[in-house]
Amino acid sequence: MKRIILPMLVLGILGGCETMGVSDKEAAIEDRSAAKPAPAAAEPAPAAAATSGMSSEQPVQGQAMGDPRKDPANILSKRSVYFDFDQYVVKDEYRPLVDAHAAYLNSHRNARVAIQGNADERGSREYNLALGQKRAEAVRKALSVTGVQDAQVEAVSFGEEKPRSTGTTEADYAENRRADIVYGDE
Amino acid sequence: MRFLTHFFFRMLLTLAACVFGLQARAALEIQVTGGAASRIPVALIPFQAAPGSPAPELTGIIGQDLLRSGLISLVGTAGSQRPYEPAQIDYGVWRGKGADAIVIGQVIGQPGGRFEVRFRLMDAVRQTQLTGLSFNVGPDQWRAAAHKIADIIYEKLTGIPGVFSTRIAYVQKRGAQFELRVADADGQNWQTVVRSRESIISPAFSPDGQRMAYVSFEDRKPIIYVQSLRDGSRRTLAAFKGSNSAPAWSPDGRRLAVTLTRDAGSQIYLINADGSGVSRLIRSGAIDTEAVWSPDGQWIYFTSDRGGSPQIYRVSPGGGGVKRITFSGGYSVSPDISPDGKYLAYIRRDEGRFRVVLHELATGQERVLTDTAHDESPSFAPNGQLLLYATLVNGRGVLGTVSLDGRTRARLSEPGTDAREPVWGP
Repeated sequence: MKRIILPMLVLGILGGCETMGVSDKEAAIEDRSAAKPAPAAAEPAPAAAATSGMSSEQPVQGQAMGDPRKDPANILSKRSVYFDFDQYVVKDEYRPLVDAHAAYLNSHRNARVAIQGNADERGSREYNLALGQKRAEAVRKALSVTGVQDAQVEAVSFGEEKPRSTGTTEADYAENRRADIVYGDE
Repeated sequence: MRFLTHFFFRMLLTLAACVFGLQARAALEIQVTGGAASRIPVALIPFQAAPGSPAPELTGIIGQDLLRSGLISLVGTAGSQRPYEPAQIDYGVWRGKGADAIVIGQVIGQPGGRFEVRFRLMDAVRQTQLTGLSFNVGPDQWRAAAHKIADIIYEKLTGIPGVFSTRIAYVQKRGAQFELRVADADGQNWQTVVRSRESIISPAFSPDGQRMAYVSFEDRKPIIYVQSLRDGSRRTLAAFKGSNSAPAWSPDGRRLAVTLTRDAGSQIYLINADGSGVSRLIRSGAIDTEAVWSPDGQWIYFTSDRGGSPQIYRVSPGGGGVKRITFSGGYSVSPDISPDGKYLAYIRRDEGRFRVVLHELATGQERVLTDTAHDESPSFAPNGQLLLYATLVNGRGVLGTVSLDGRTRARLSEPGTDAREPVWGP
């Protein structure tokens, strides 16, 4: 990584000229600080430029035939659990979805999932990250009580950073109060 | 002139890297929308310029800096004489315009495309020089010189150190691209620290200003990195199972408070700056996040919903003495503590509007500082006299500054882009 140093200011005292007879010794002290080194404009690790390109909803081409998770008629193809405003309880209507994934994970011990929690855009980004985490955690716990192993599941949050819907209506916000189940091999 | 001969003991710190220039970039707008009742009136007389010199911009930058402070007003100079030497000043004219102080200066061309910038700050009442300095600057340094001059004027007149030569960081979204940038305190002169196709949030300068911690989503989940601002190298600070976010440096720069979810929901941990020695600060069944240290290191302030709604609390770095601080709203988040430890700034939601609130810790007295509706991320200036924050204007993210009395607000914005997550550096 190359080191970049900004040019520094060259300072001098502009003292009073003789006719004024006023000089400013004090100024000699306060002008020492000059310019601070500037940050390097750099792209750090190669990872910085990498994007996951991941989409939780897109079927992966070339998957083995008959993967039930890819079958639109199978409930395993449904991946999103929606939450009410300020709520973190998995609603009854999503029980069949969560139970189906739990059964899949229990019968495929090598399968891994990330539960990605999301929040709407209102308020603090960090607090929204914590709210998204709470939603992801609720789904993780629902899987866990059925016997899914902790090592199979990671609950993470995107907060308000990856909105599926970018509008500002209540419907848009509702779309973003969501946790997605994403398999590690997808 | 005689005085030319007895300037300088001159520090010639002209480094080889001088050729590295900052390109001219899209301008940010600064809007001062109000003012304090008693501001110090200053006549900032446009500097006399050498041909091709940047003197008009120089004076403009100094003026915007001084105005943004909220403590200084500018006396109109249009149509008046433009003295650049003390002997040329007709004090009666400037006193008549209400000026208590007068700034004069000139820019003189030097060989090699450099300029000499001289300025003097004169007491208009006593008709004496308060200070006078000369800067020898390269073509890319006139902004730095202007900020330095503004700092000197501000400190001479108010007794408070200026912050115009300090830096800020923020995240700029352009299309699908996110850039963490470090810029001058007026948002100009930015440089990219890191670029990503995924979001970046929560930048935090180390106390010495040499490193920056931030949260990046580039690897499918929030991970905290620490990056050197000197050479761009970076390390992963926290990439534990679950989410890793909200880094906050301790005042000595040796450790950070962070929010992890590895053991439970979002909880605050302490971690050494090299990523070792993780320990849990407090245990709650609720959300605890957005830690920030008091400047004396005695307290960590944070956001928690343990009382049923998000509020600001504090705890000692040993994990004891938890105390709730905010009670006035149903949603109070994103604390920052003033450098003197006397004030808490945070975001409060009132009737659907998220605004910056200043809370005096000794008395609990509060004042809403802004009149916008989507404010985020308040951050104190190093001298404690201004707050930097993000807000939305016409659906676009912009950065703003506000004085602690709420009466002087300025907007730093770049057309067509989206700025967020600002933080004021040392």
